Amino acid sequence: MSLNEEVELLRNIPMFANIEPSKLKLLAFTSERLTFSEGDFLFSQGDSGDAAFIIVDGEADVMIDTPDGPLTVAHFKKNDIVGEIAILTDVPRTATVRASTKLETMVISKELFFRLVMEFPQIAVEIMRELAKRLEATNARLRTLSSHAA
Amino acid sequence: MDKSILRFILRYSAKQQLVVVALTMLSWPVLYATLELPKSIVNEAIGGKAGWTRGILGETLDQVTFLVILCFGFLLFVVANGVIKYFLNVYAGRLGERMLRRLRFQLYSRVLRFPLPHFKKVSQGEIIPMITAEVEPLGGYIGIAMSTPMFFGGMLLVYLGFIFAQDVFLGAAAIALYPVQIYVIPKLQAKVIALGRRRVREVRSLADKIGESIGGVTEIHAHDTSVFERADITRRLDRIYLIRYEIFRRKFAIKFLNSFMAQLTPFFFYLIGGYFVIKGELTIGALVAVLAAYKDLSAPWKELLNYYQLQADVKVKYEQVIEQFDPPGMLDEALQDADEGGPEAATGALTGANVTYTEDGRAKSVEGLNFQIDLDTHVAIAGAGGSGKDDLTLLLARLIQPTAGQIRIGDARTDQLPESFLGRRMAYMSASPYLFSTSVRDNLIYGLKHRPVDETGIDEEFAADRDRYLADADTSGNITHNPHADWTDYAAAGVDSREALVRRSIEVLKVADMGDDLYQFGLRGSIDPTAQPDLAEAILRARRALREKLAETGRDNLIEPFDRETYNTNATLGENLLFGTPRDNTFDIDRLADHPYVASVIDDVGLTQELVVTGRQLAEMMVELFSGLPPGHEFFEQYSFIGSDELPEYQQLLTRTAGQEPDAMRPEDRQRFLSLPLKLIPARHRVGLVTDEIQHKVLQARHKFAENLPEELKDSVEFFDEDTYNGAATLQDNILFGKVAYGQAQAAVKVSAIIGEVLDSLEMRDDVMAVGLSYQVGVGGARLSAAQRQKLGLARCIIKRPDVLIVNEGITSLDGASQRRVLQAVLKEFKGRGVIWTLHRAAYADQFDRVIVMRSGKIVEQDEFKALDRDGTTLRELLKNE
Repeated sequence: MSLNEEVELLRNIPMFANIEPSKLKLLAFTSERLTFSEGDFLFSQGDSGDAAFIIVDGEADVMIDTPDGPLTVAHFKKNDIVGEIAILTDVPRTATVRASTKLETMVISKELFFRLVMEFPQIAVEIMRELAKRLEATNARLRTLSSHAA
Repeated sequence: MDKSILRFILRYSAKQQLVVVALTMLSWPVLYATLELPKSIVNEAIGGKAGWTRGILGETLDQVTFLVILCFGFLLFVVANGVIKYFLNVYAGRLGERMLRRLRFQLYSRVLRFPLPHFKKVSQGEIIPMITAEVEPLGGYIGIAMSTPMFFGGMLLVYLGFIFAQDVFLGAAAIALYPVQIYVIPKLQAKVIALGRRRVREVRSLADKIGESIGGVTEIHAHDTSVFERADITRRLDRIYLIRYEIFRRKFAIKFLNSFMAQLTPFFFYLIGGYFVIKGELTIGALVAVLAAYKDLSAPWKELLNYYQLQADVKVKYEQVIEQFDPPGMLDEALQDADEGGPEAATGALTGANVTYTEDGRAKSVEGLNFQIDLDTHVAIAGAGGSGKDDLTLLLARLIQPTAGQIRIGDARTDQLPESFLGRRMAYMSASPYLFSTSVRDNLIYGLKHRPVDETGIDEEFAADRDRYLADADTSGNITHNPHADWTDYAAAGVDSREALVRRSIEVLKVADMGDDLYQFGLRGSIDPTAQPDLAEAILRARRALREKLAETGRDNLIEPFDRETYNTNATLGENLLFGTPRDNTFDIDRLADHPYVASVIDDVGLTQELVVTGRQLAEMMVELFSGLPPGHEFFEQYSFIGSDELPEYQQLLTRTAGQEPDAMRPEDRQRFLSLPLKLIPARHRVGLVTDEIQHKVLQARHKFAENLPEELKDSVEFFDEDTYNGAATLQDNILFGKVAYGQAQAAVKVSAIIGEVLDSLEMRDDVMAVGLSYQVGVGGARLSAAQRQKLGLARCIIKRPDVLIVNEGITSLDGASQRRVLQAVLKEFKGRGVIWTLHRAAYADQFDRVIVMRSGKIVEQDEFKALDRDGTTLRELLKNE
């Protein structure tokens, strides 16, 4: 996939929709492309976070460690952004992410990510929206789980 | 060491000095003849009256024949004089060189006998110039030490005799000023000598300072003290400058005085002699003769004065150097030289009676120690820093000697044991083992090189010169061992051959937990396939096995193999074109396009135009993407082919070439654009500029490059070939035979794991490790990590199989888990032999048979660990504080 195709792909992600193409080009050019085989770990809970991943193709599971073993709490698919919490808050990875199919990603380093957020409020808003959505989804799952348990 | 240079000369070269003197005397009649014959030629042969004849040896000769004979006689004596002088000079020169060599060797040997604490006071910066530069002039002096005063002194006497024979009064006048010169010049000279002494000291301290700056260069950078340091150097240079200025000012003053005095005598001759001639009391002929003789007189007199100055200078230099090489407490020479002596083995017990140690009269670091360490047990020494455990360890290893009390091994006092015993039967290792700038192997077996095991040697070139070498070494009092012989004592390592030693080396390094490091060195190392064809063949098998394994497990996306007919998208365009490993700088991959042959190949396949256009596009892209970034941003490092400082330059370049066809561009502009895309890696940079068309042409260029490569460039590149081992590449690259793919998660980690599996399945891991033995450790081991240096230092102690291993902390740089692992492995290896380990963590004491606990220079506890591991003991306190 060439640079221009990647820019197109980034443009389709809501978070980056309103960013000027030259900045997206820089983003695409400076971010590494990483392919994971099925079952590979993007990162594990407790690792220190230094990068976020944009899923270009494929799917991934989000798992958290529980006393009863790992629990899958969410799935990611194309155009999703993964792993931004750890680089936002400087906490260790809050979950483990594993490729559930062959997975193509773009890696955005912590430094680049912050530059983007600072420069484009649009991205910050999109991230807030995304985080809120994810929190709600997790809460909903917890509610179902606790009602099952009860 | 002889206190004065005269004693040194007489002790080691009395006989040779006699030869020099004899040769000098031999030259006397010849020299006399060369002076006398011209007189006869002028006065008798030429100046004789017509019809003059002379009878020699019963023959009657006419004037011309006589002239011819005398002239040829003159020529003969001139040649003879020259020949004698030549041999005299050569002989004296060689004598001087041999003596210089002997002196240097003695000084170096003495350095190796200095007591260790002395090195806290003197630095290498001071010692090195003494042995190298400062003694250099001594050689020249020693050669002529006896002959010059004899020769010129004799000459002077002859001339003086001649003058006195003419007229006693004038003779007295001729030498009237000598006493003054003899008295005054040394007085003036003394000041110059004193200055010279100071200069030597200042230069020494300058050398020391420079050495210190190099040692502390990291600190200088880290603390921005380069101005401070340079100010300090300025101060020192100023001092040296002042001294030197003063020296030559005085030297010229002396010179002036000397020549003035030399002219003063003729002044008196003219005045007084002239007066007597006028009064008729002296013939004019006599005055002229005396003047001529006086002129002759000045040459030897000057030489004698010079000699006197040189001698004074050299005397000072010698004494100044020697006094630095005689510190108190030096090791006995016999203990350094002995090849045997002491007990067969270090067995029984290491016992100390009332052992006390103090340095330079400071507080006693250990005092009144009594101990017994059985040499078939493992003993730990524990204690806080400053408890004296460090000095105790050094005492046990006899690296320092007790100021009071005794340490014995069995019945022998350690201070009377030769180094041959201590260095072979015992091993000592500190936390900062010194590594020599050579391979891992040579550092490892360093402790096996005591004497050559076989004097014949393996170096053919040396063999031809061997007799000369050994004879010269002997005459100069140097070591007479063959330096090219095999010095490795295989038996001491418990093996019988070179091959067995390699296997043992790997074993020992594994004990020291260095197996993985060695394996990595091996992968990064290279071999000469002609010297090791079997290994090269095995590596090729590994190459195929790796390929199969990747295919089997469906992971062949991790590596993109080299294929002559395919463009490798994980390699740069330049690498794709060259398709081989450069052997030297000719085809430096960063400046590939600058090579005329490469340029011609690119041109041949019609690629120049396209590459220039592509390069220009790439430059445009870079300028567009990166112009907003602050200079020095990490992206420049990471991705750009253009540095931030070059960006404006490229902007200008783009403006200048806007709308230009490549042909219309300036050649240097074209060249800059042309070389840009050569660094593109399609899979990594993803700029989409390396089109199929370009790739196709690069493949054509690749073939052309190889086919038409001129003979003289053939050695500069080794091409990739599926079935050939590439001697210019590393083992790892040979196994990979391709590029690790970009964009595959953890590709490098996965690939190296698979390579490990492949090598294990082929049982080749040890072979790779053997290659790792050739890894160069760098100056002082700088290419190894601190932990690796310690592991190698430990392995060096293990391989020589000592009876006692003494470790002074030793493994502090290893991580916690490795420390315990190494400790256990070493103790297992030394089962039944002695180990004395001074611990940096008391917790490890549980691994030992006994523990000695030190506090404030005294042994406070010694017992089994279990007995001491209870409340109220010092050991428990140490354990708690960790």
